[in-house]
Amino acid sequence: MSATQGNGAALLEGKDLELWRGEQRLFSKVNFELRAGELLHIVGPNGCGKTSLLRVLCGLTLPETGDVYWRGKKVLRNRADFHASTCYLGHRESLKADLTAEENLVFQLGLRAWLSKADIHAALEKVGLTKRRTVPARSLSAGQKRRVSLARALASGARLWILDEPYTNLDIAGRELVDQMMSEHLQRDGLVLLVAHQAHGVGAGVTRRLELG
Amino acid sequence: MEWPGLGSAFWLQLTRDLRLAFRHIGQAANPLMFFVMVTTLFPLALSPAPELLMAIAPGVIWVSALLASLLAAESLFRQDVDDGTMEQLALSPQPLSLLLLAKTTAHWLMTGLPLVLMAPVVGHALFLPAEAVPATMLALLLATPVLSLAGAVMAALTVGLRRGGGLLSLLILPIVMPILIFGARATDMSMQGLDVTGVMYLLAAVLLLAVSLAPAGMAAAMRISLD
Repeated sequence: MSATQGNGAALLEGKDLELWRGEQRLFSKVNFELRAGELLHIVGPNGCGKTSLLRVLCGLTLPETGDVYWRGKKVLRNRADFHASTCYLGHRESLKADLTAEENLVFQLGLRAWLSKADIHAALEKVGLTKRRTVPARSLSAGQKRRVSLARALASGARLWILDEPYTNLDIAGRELVDQMMSEHLQRDGLVLLVAHQAHGVGAGVTRRLELG
Repeated sequence: MEWPGLGSAFWLQLTRDLRLAFRHIGQAANPLMFFVMVTTLFPLALSPAPELLMAIAPGVIWVSALLASLLAAESLFRQDVDDGTMEQLALSPQPLSLLLLAKTTAHWLMTGLPLVLMAPVVGHALFLPAEAVPATMLALLLATPVLSLAGAVMAALTVGLRRGGGLLSLLILPIVMPILIFGARATDMSMQGLDVTGVMYLLAAVLLLAVSLAPAGMAAAMRISLD
C-alpha cells in the first residue's frame, strides 16, 4: 500500500504508518508522499480505517509506528506550524448550533489568520450561503452545514486540505462546487487529502490513489 | 506562516463561550441556583435558631460552593467534544492549553463568580456576622477559580467516557479537599475576629499553583480523550 511517484520535494510524507484499535489492526506499512499541487484520494471499504488514517495524518491520533512529516519536519514536534497550514473537514461539521454561520467562521478562522468580515462573506458567497449567514447553525440543513465547512476551508488560506467525505449531504451543484474548489486549490499549488467513496471530478495528472484494506 | 497572537486567541475563545452561555442563561445559572437552594434549605430544615445557624454557616457555605462547582464541571467540555468543535481547537495553531484556559475562565465567570457575589445574601440567611462577610467573599474569590481549574483537568480526562459523571466527582473531591478546609477555616476565623491573612495567602498560593499547572494538564488530558 504505497503511493510514491512524481518529481519535486514532498511537502507531506507518511512513513511506515501502522494503527491498531484494540485487538484489530486497521492498517500497516502505509507510505506516501504528496507534493505541491497534488491530490491523494484514499479509498477502501467501510471500516478499513480511512478516517483513522486522516486523524493520524492531522495529528489527532498517535500511530503505533511511523511518523508524519510536513516540509521534512515531524508533525508532532512542529504542531503549530503544521496546523496553521492545514484545514481539516471531518465527519462532524464542528459548528456551534447556537451561533450563526458567520459567527462560527469568525471564531474558527480568527484563531488561525487575520481575516476581515469581507473575506468571510466572500467565502460564504462562494458556497451560496449569503442569504443564510445570519441564521443560527441549528436551522441550517445538513447540506448547508457542509457548505459552511467548505467555506471554512476556502477562507482558511491553508495549504493542505484534509477532507473526509466532503460530498456527503451535498446536492449535484454542491458536488460540482467541491470538485471546482479542489481543482482551483491544486492550481494554486495547494495539497488535498481526500477520503471519498465516489470518484472525484478533478482532472487526472495531479491525482493519486491510496487503497486501504 | 503567521497566525494571531495568544492574547487575541484567548479573547476570541472567551467571548465565544460567554456568548454561548448567555444564549442558554438558564443552564449557566444552574450552579448558582443549587448554591442558593441548598444554603437556604438549612434554616428551614434545622431549627431557625441564630446560634445554631451561625455555628454551621462556614461549613454549609463552603460545602455548597464546592458541590455547586462540581455540578458545573461536568458540562465544561462535553458539548464541544460532542459537536466536533474541540477537534478544531486541537487542530488550530494556537496552544490547546491556552484555549482550554480561556474556556475555563469563561466557565468560572458564569458559575464561580456568581457564587462569590451571592455569598453575602446566603450568609445573611445563615446569620453569618457582617464582619465575616468580606473575608468569606475574598476566600471564595480565591478558591472558586481553583475549583473550576481542578474540575477542568478532570473533565478533560473523563470527557471521552460516555458516563463519566460519577467518576468525575470521585476524581475532583480529593484534590479540592484542602480548599474546603482552608476556606471554611477562613470564614470561621473571621467570625471569631482572628487574623485571616495566613489562610488567604495559602489560598492565593494554591490558586497560583493551579493557574500555572492546570492548563498543561487539561491540554494533555484532552489530547488523550480526543485520540
